[in-house]
Amino acid sequence: MNKLILGMISATLLAACSSTAPKAPSAPAASSSTSAGGDVGASATAAQIKAAEDAAKLQAAADAQKDAQHSVDAAATQSDAARLANRTVYFPTNVDTLQDADKDVVMAHGTTLGKLPQAKVRVDGYADERGSSEFNLALGQRRAKSTKQALILSGAKDAQISTSSYGEEKPVATGHDEAAWAQNRRAEINYVVGQ
Amino acid sequence: MVRVVFLIFGILFALTARAELAIEITGAGDNQTPISVVRFAGDELVSKNLAEVVANDLKRTGLFKLIDASGRVPHDASEVRYPEWLGVEMLLLGRINTDHGDELSVSFTLLDAVRRSELLHVTLSTNKTQMRALAHQIADRVYERLTGAPGVFSTRIAYVNRHQGSYRLVVADSDGYGEQDLLISKEPIMSPAWSPDGSKIAYVSFEQHRAMVFIQTLSTKQRVLLAGFSGSNSAPAWSPDGKQLALVLTRDDFSQLYLVNADGSNLRRITFSNAIDTEPTFAPDGQSLLFTSDRGGSPQIYRVAIDGGAAQRQTFESGQAFSPRFSPDGKAFVYSLYSGGIFSILVQDFESKQVQFLTTNGRDRKPSFSPNGRLVLFATETMGRGILATVSIDGKVKQKMVAQGGEIREPVWGPFVK
Repeated sequence: MNKLILGMISATLLAACSSTAPKAPSAPAASSSTSAGGDVGASATAAQIKAAEDAAKLQAAADAQKDAQHSVDAAATQSDAARLANRTVYFPTNVDTLQDADKDVVMAHGTTLGKLPQAKVRVDGYADERGSSEFNLALGQRRAKSTKQALILSGAKDAQISTSSYGEEKPVATGHDEAAWAQNRRAEINYVVGQ
Repeated sequence: MVRVVFLIFGILFALTARAELAIEITGAGDNQTPISVVRFAGDELVSKNLAEVVANDLKRTGLFKLIDASGRVPHDASEVRYPEWLGVEMLLLGRINTDHGDELSVSFTLLDAVRRSELLHVTLSTNKTQMRALAHQIADRVYERLTGAPGVFSTRIAYVNRHQGSYRLVVADSDGYGEQDLLISKEPIMSPAWSPDGSKIAYVSFEQHRAMVFIQTLSTKQRVLLAGFSGSNSAPAWSPDGKQLALVLTRDDFSQLYLVNADGSNLRRITFSNAIDTEPTFAPDGQSLLFTSDRGGSPQIYRVAIDGGAAQRQTFESGQAFSPRFSPDGKAFVYSLYSGGIFSILVQDFESKQVQFLTTNGRDRKPSFSPNGRLVLFATETMGRGILATVSIDGKVKQKMVAQGGEIREPVWGPFVK
């Protein structure tokens, strides 16, 4: 699980650069190697070194909790990992309250943030293409905010979480139907490097 | 504050002339004036059919019916045989002359073919490379002479072109030609807003991975950050005197309206709802704002005084209302209505509260008035692709402008420039 967190954090660092992180796979393993964005250029090197250093620190912090983790049975670890691998939550049309189906996922991240006080996340909210671009930006912001509140209720601290919105920009599905819109009404939890 | 790792975000400033757009005009208004714009003498000198540019300008206003000259080619009043022009009320003739080198002059004459009188005879000169701008000036003069209202053919529009993961903030002539890039970015650009003097554009850029408001000067390409508070900064709108802007911030709460001086000073919040308030736009007298809010449940248009206070709901159509814009005389506003899976453009009169659908096309968003109030520019889609369109204020004449590449979004019509 520690390795998973490290992997995820590296992945989200890259994802934060491109802001086009693909949907987190539901399988617990190896969510790390898939998210390098297309616009990561030469100047990525310095940032990547910094990211690696910070991730190493997080790894060390996580290692400190190793003994506690030993008592967790294998099945539960698997399940937590699955929840942590998922970083996206979804919303019905014009709704910004977190849905029951996503509460376990958010709780897993909130709990992890509570255990790793130096870890930070950025929650980005999104909307489907209906509405105006500005209204959708506001709606995405509201989705990010309600996700942040849920993370705090699960143990994260306010200072660990920033929120932002892309509104209807950067859809994951480009169709003009409910199937596409449902995938785009979302909030994504992205791990970032804290100062 | 969390520091997001930025990498290169590929911001490039450029000033590139772009390929032309295809234009399609449909519909016809009532009481159109039949006019014939005869091909100008000497247009082989400029390899452009100037008369066609002028005719298209006039046609998309919905006020004129263009009559083909059918081979008749007078170029000034002395060459006109009026009995040949039955059914034509107005005749526009012209002659292009080479002055020296790249300088050209165009003499044009507007004739009333019914009264057989000369309404206008003007000579304009310009550089050979500016012939399209000259054609728009001719159309402006003809339009003003015949309607009493100033023409908008020499004004400009701004919009965002999204193409394969690249976003361009574009300024173009009002007919969509003569595109120039103001900003190129790999991250989204939104909500361009012209300063009242036409010298600057405020807009939202995500280049730092969240929405921030910038102001950029067109002539120098210099720009400044107006608002980069935590959360989202968006929806800039200039006051009519250009001294302040309304904008939307989430730094204190959900999206709420604020006013700020154009230099970034004196920021103050003016709405205090527990809802989304966004898309502010100033009344022409600068004393009130229209904006979109879902404070009543679904998004509708509201009006609030600039010193705050209670907001008055304006729209009551079934559906969701977005993106309001005052008409230049302040007597009406346009907005986009989403109802039954369709986006339409509507105009509503403040006094009579009467509402008229200008379009019922399906994906029509982000309307803005031409500075003379006679046309409405908006974003629409054709075959799944974002394009520009205009509709005359009576809803009768529609024009689509199709770019050669990319999707066009967020159009806004610029002001008259003195």
